Amino acid sequence: MSSYITEEKIGELEIKANEARQLLIEMLTTAGSGHTAGPLGMADIFTALYFYILNHDPKNPNLPDRDWLILSNGHITPIRYVSMAQAGYFPVEELKTLRKFGSRLQGHPERERLPGVETTSGPLGSGLGQAAGIAYAMRMDKKKNRVYCIMSDGEHDAGNTWESIMFAGKYRLNNLVGIIDRNNIQIDGMTEDIMPLESLRAKYESFNWHVLEVDGHNLEQFVDATEEAKTIYEKPTVIIAHTIPGKGIKEIEFDYRWHGNPPGKGPDDVWPKGEQAKKMLDELRTLGGKIRSEHQ
Amino acid sequence: MLNKNAHLVENLFDKAKVEMAPTRQGYGKGLVEAGEKDKRVVVLCADLTESTMSHWFKEKFPDRFVEIGVAEQNMATVASGMANYGKIPFISSYAAFSPGRNNEQIRTTIALNNVPVKIAGAHAGISVGPDGATHQQLEDIALMRVQPNMVVLVPCDALEAQKATVAAAFNGKPTYIRLGREKSPVFTTKDTPFEIGKAEVFREGKDVAIVGCGILLHNVLVAAEELSKEGIECMVINSHTVDPIDEKTIIEAAKKTGAIVSVEEHQINGGLGSAVAEVLSRNYPVPQEYIGVANRFGESGEHLELIESFGMGIGSIKEAAKRVLRRKALTP
Repeated sequence: MSSYITEEKIGELEIKANEARQLLIEMLTTAGSGHTAGPLGMADIFTALYFYILNHDPKNPNLPDRDWLILSNGHITPIRYVSMAQAGYFPVEELKTLRKFGSRLQGHPERERLPGVETTSGPLGSGLGQAAGIAYAMRMDKKKNRVYCIMSDGEHDAGNTWESIMFAGKYRLNNLVGIIDRNNIQIDGMTEDIMPLESLRAKYESFNWHVLEVDGHNLEQFVDATEEAKTIYEKPTVIIAHTIPGKGIKEIEFDYRWHGNPPGKGPDDVWPKGEQAKKMLDELRTLGGKIRSEHQ
Repeated sequence: MLNKNAHLVENLFDKAKVEMAPTRQGYGKGLVEAGEKDKRVVVLCADLTESTMSHWFKEKFPDRFVEIGVAEQNMATVASGMANYGKIPFISSYAAFSPGRNNEQIRTTIALNNVPVKIAGAHAGISVGPDGATHQQLEDIALMRVQPNMVVLVPCDALEAQKATVAAAFNGKPTYIRLGREKSPVFTTKDTPFEIGKAEVFREGKDVAIVGCGILLHNVLVAAEELSKEGIECMVINSHTVDPIDEKTIIEAAKKTGAIVSVEEHQINGGLGSAVAEVLSRNYPVPQEYIGVANRFGESGEHLELIESFGMGIGSIKEAAKRVLRRKALTP
């Protein structure tokens, strides 16, 4: 039983996260391109960040003492856009412009186009360094706010990531929290086949980080981990969040083929392409058939 | 004749009297000056603190100096975060590594992100000498000037490097500053004008305009003086800002002289000469000759020996001026 979040609040966040997944499927279907598996897997964590953990103000994205959220693996930005829209940074309707010409919702996020996007990202391996730079600068100014950096597991193939891990460890950036979306897939297959990362925990520990591992779909565990990180004063903390790619739609869970495809363009061995979006939305609205949808 | 308004040193052509200093020294002094003016200025270095002359800043402002280690990609990204937060970071390394190695990080997290990181590339050009081709960065101007949002500065001597460093600190933009290793003549003075984006006419002349950047400008002035004795009057332009280039001054020079020579210690492909040609081909095409490295890598050797053998010495500049004058004569 967490002392940091009530069961009632967890229930609210779970409803929010389900709504986020529905908005995500709708926006990706409209866009006709984009990533499905990763964003679905991170819906719970983004919901927890935007609706419980972060100190931020959708009406004042440059709030001086805000917490900073750096998204290193920019390709999962659709779920960040959804959380931002739900939180009130921009109208939910605007989600339909994802990846379209003239949209503020670029395929990979751009700082100068959309207020609230803290940094431009997409090329992997360069987010943690930026987050560490922000954390270092905050400490120089004796600020108490915090920096969260979301990374994919796949981008731990990149040398820049490890340079930044080493840097943050050396300078004991205790205001920095890394969050790894440990879903075990990357574009070409399973991470442990492409370029083995394990033991991630031991690697981070040897670089002078405090390591926590959570079920990335258990909001209570995740909130508790971010609170524990605040008590660690001599090191940066990384939360290895074990997630299920495609979470919430059991037919596509764990399937790396859904990494880079939107509904309507995914593998058709479960559903024909034309029915993919509808089937996914039905499943989310009925919580996998447990309840009746108002759409039925 | 020399432009009085440029306020160049008096003993410009007297080798025994002209002061010698590397442009990286001006950078080191400029960092301290900028640091004194504004406490947002921070300096990051990738294990080359003394050779980039960042050590004066480190000694004076230890709390604002950050050692990164041999990790130029991380240096670019950490600086990006600091600039995003509100600092004015300078990142110091050799040009071969920054922007040589970390080009993508500079592109995405600094230029596209549009945060004011200042990238100092020391030991640029062939004049780094005995280290050889791996360390002779000859493509950096091209790499940096094609990036939108990026300002590119190539100071001609140590004093101008100091001015460029201070100006870069306060221009609010991603900026690249190119620096050399070897001592070179300090021929500008504190009164020589320096404004980012504004080329300076160092010498007036009607026959041919030589547009240069960096330490080779001293060779250009010597060549112009010698050509004057042969009856050829050269205009000499210091285009210290390669991007955004001063189009107006270059177009005026082409109109006045009808012949251009570009001079840089860099690949001919993609450098200052290309930038000049892009301006002129659109606005006022005239014959142009190029002094620079002709699509090859460098090699070990002494500074001056390499400058001569790669065709960037005084004699080569004079020959290029005469070549372009012959072409001008054939132009209807």
